[in-house]
Amino acid sequence: MDLSSINPILLIASLMVASTPILLAAIGEMVAEKSGVLNLGVEGMMIVGAICGFATAVETGSPFIGFIAAAAGGAILSLIFGFLTQYLLSNQVATGLALTLFGLGLSSLMGQSYVGIKPPATEKLDIPLLSDIPAIGPMLFNHDIWVYVSLALVAAVWAFLKYTRGGLILRAVGESHDAAHALGYNVIFVRLAAIAFGGACAGLGGAYLSLVRVPQWTEGMTAGAGWIALAIVVFASWRAGRVLLGAYLFGGITVLQLNLQAAGVAIPVELLSMSPYLITILVLVIISSDRNRAALNAPASLGRAFHASH
Amino acid sequence: MKKRTFLAGVAATALATAAFAGSHGDGPVKVGFVYVGPIGDGGWTYEHHQGLLAVEEAFGDKVETVYQENVPEGADAERAMTQMALQGADLIFTTSFGYMDPTINVASKFPNVKFEHATGYKRSDNVSTYSARFYEGRAVQGHIAGKMTKTNKIGYIASFPIPEVIRGINSAYIHAKKVNPDVEFSIVWAYTWFDPAKEADAAKALIENGADVILQHTDSTAPQAAAQTAGNVVTFGQASDMGEYAPFPRVSSIIDNWGPYYVQRVQAVMDGTWASVDTWDGIGPGMVGIGEISDAVPADVKAEAEALRDSLASGEYHAFTGPINKQDGSAWLAAGETADDGTLAGMNFYVEGITADIPN
Repeated sequence: MDLSSINPILLIASLMVASTPILLAAIGEMVAEKSGVLNLGVEGMMIVGAICGFATAVETGSPFIGFIAAAAGGAILSLIFGFLTQYLLSNQVATGLALTLFGLGLSSLMGQSYVGIKPPATEKLDIPLLSDIPAIGPMLFNHDIWVYVSLALVAAVWAFLKYTRGGLILRAVGESHDAAHALGYNVIFVRLAAIAFGGACAGLGGAYLSLVRVPQWTEGMTAGAGWIALAIVVFASWRAGRVLLGAYLFGGITVLQLNLQAAGVAIPVELLSMSPYLITILVLVIISSDRNRAALNAPASLGRAFHASH
Repeated sequence: MKKRTFLAGVAATALATAAFAGSHGDGPVKVGFVYVGPIGDGGWTYEHHQGLLAVEEAFGDKVETVYQENVPEGADAERAMTQMALQGADLIFTTSFGYMDPTINVASKFPNVKFEHATGYKRSDNVSTYSARFYEGRAVQGHIAGKMTKTNKIGYIASFPIPEVIRGINSAYIHAKKVNPDVEFSIVWAYTWFDPAKEADAAKALIENGADVILQHTDSTAPQAAAQTAGNVVTFGQASDMGEYAPFPRVSSIIDNWGPYYVQRVQAVMDGTWASVDTWDGIGPGMVGIGEISDAVPADVKAEAEALRDSLASGEYHAFTGPINKQDGSAWLAAGETADDGTLAGMNFYVEGITADIPN
């Protein structure tokens, strides 16, 4: 076994890049689910974000504006879902699936004239001092801003849910919408806000794929990343820290197994290929295996429609 | 009318219409295409769709085409094919290796519908197979790759361990080794035909492990973009020209040209002369094209590669010409002997010198 050709610094750097799209989508979906909304349209919102961000970045020449547009695109699409499920009380599972199909179709329509175009490069931050630390600098402190934004978002979501009044209201709505309504909170408004946040995050994740990780526009380019994000939220038992762990495990092992293959390590390729799914699920299931606490974490009103006349 | 009887009536009419359309007296010939990826993938499916457009161009009103994109290989493929057959398709092209068994299954239920399966080896009375000798193109790529690499490490993004992919790896390796005895192949199995993010990651992993030439057997242009970002890495267009990455990193390409074949087969259905056949054409008949070799390749290497291409096209040289040993050192082809199509079609071994193992 010859591992000498694997450079750990480059490995960890690409691990962070590979994990970011899933992390962004998953943290957004977690907030939506915490408010009691199960939005299965993550894949659709991601890919619409990918093309909105790509098209805008190409037209304006600014990847930053592209990311903003991607967040807006994802949020707008998610609000269609919000309108259907919150006001027209449509079934959340069916509507979410429809949103994915709609997003895939819409994105390939929007992307017709963007195939084969190269996007403007997203600059890497060169953080003074920190980037110059040997080994750790290029590993952790030499990424584009969105890697740090995604990490900051995780921290912000964690703090918001745990320490703020807004977070408490959001969780109350997700646990028991009738009780929250009786207390005078606007359940539908809170849920719409959570849905839009989820859509914006999914959009950012999609744009990270099309502008940084790949970077190009290809139809269907999310190729299931949205579903992975959804699964990570569940296996992470709706906790921000575990979502981060899950996304980094999945992205990290994906990159690691490709590197092991490239280095010619004598582990059967089938095992390596399934390892990201296997290890991510295993680890998250084990740390969430305390039955009572895991059950407490699933929002009690998840997926249930709310109507104020009840 | 009660709702149920109304629905039954509608269903009966639809069935009758389907049956009528299936017999295609004077109506247009209906041709269906089942695609594994999106037509905008810039590679494999894109070229099949160009074939569909060529059929429309050639026959105009006399033909009606339908296609479905992103059909997964497996049970869902049967559903897509059945649906096309029920809609009255006369001829259905199923354009990925993994559609092999679904095609055979559906074909047995619709004996009057003709099926054409790409890159497989199972035929029946109403199922033809067709494929292109991509390995001839791989030989040209291998030659250029062996000459261009400075690190002597060539990365190969493989999709699934099927004969077509293994043939490509062997052919590229033999010809790279011929011009550069120090060359090494590192092979990454992506287990997908189309996943831009994963293809990009695979390309990055290979580059980080020292490869400076990347060959790909997956369908998107993502590895080209990764190579371009890395700066000094050579790539080749796969299935389609991928000319937007020329002249560098993409220095040449293998182009699948299905149009003439599709036109010919649709014509055969119209004439009533369609029969189950096995077609396997290479550079010579034009089913495999070699995309323009860019100026990033030194003139002498370009000339050699073009000479190789021409000798493969004329049939004067075969890409698998002995002496070649199998990976375990046992003899496969004696000096001057060429591989027979049967062995090539079922190729499940690496040639001597490749250090990896084929996944099962």
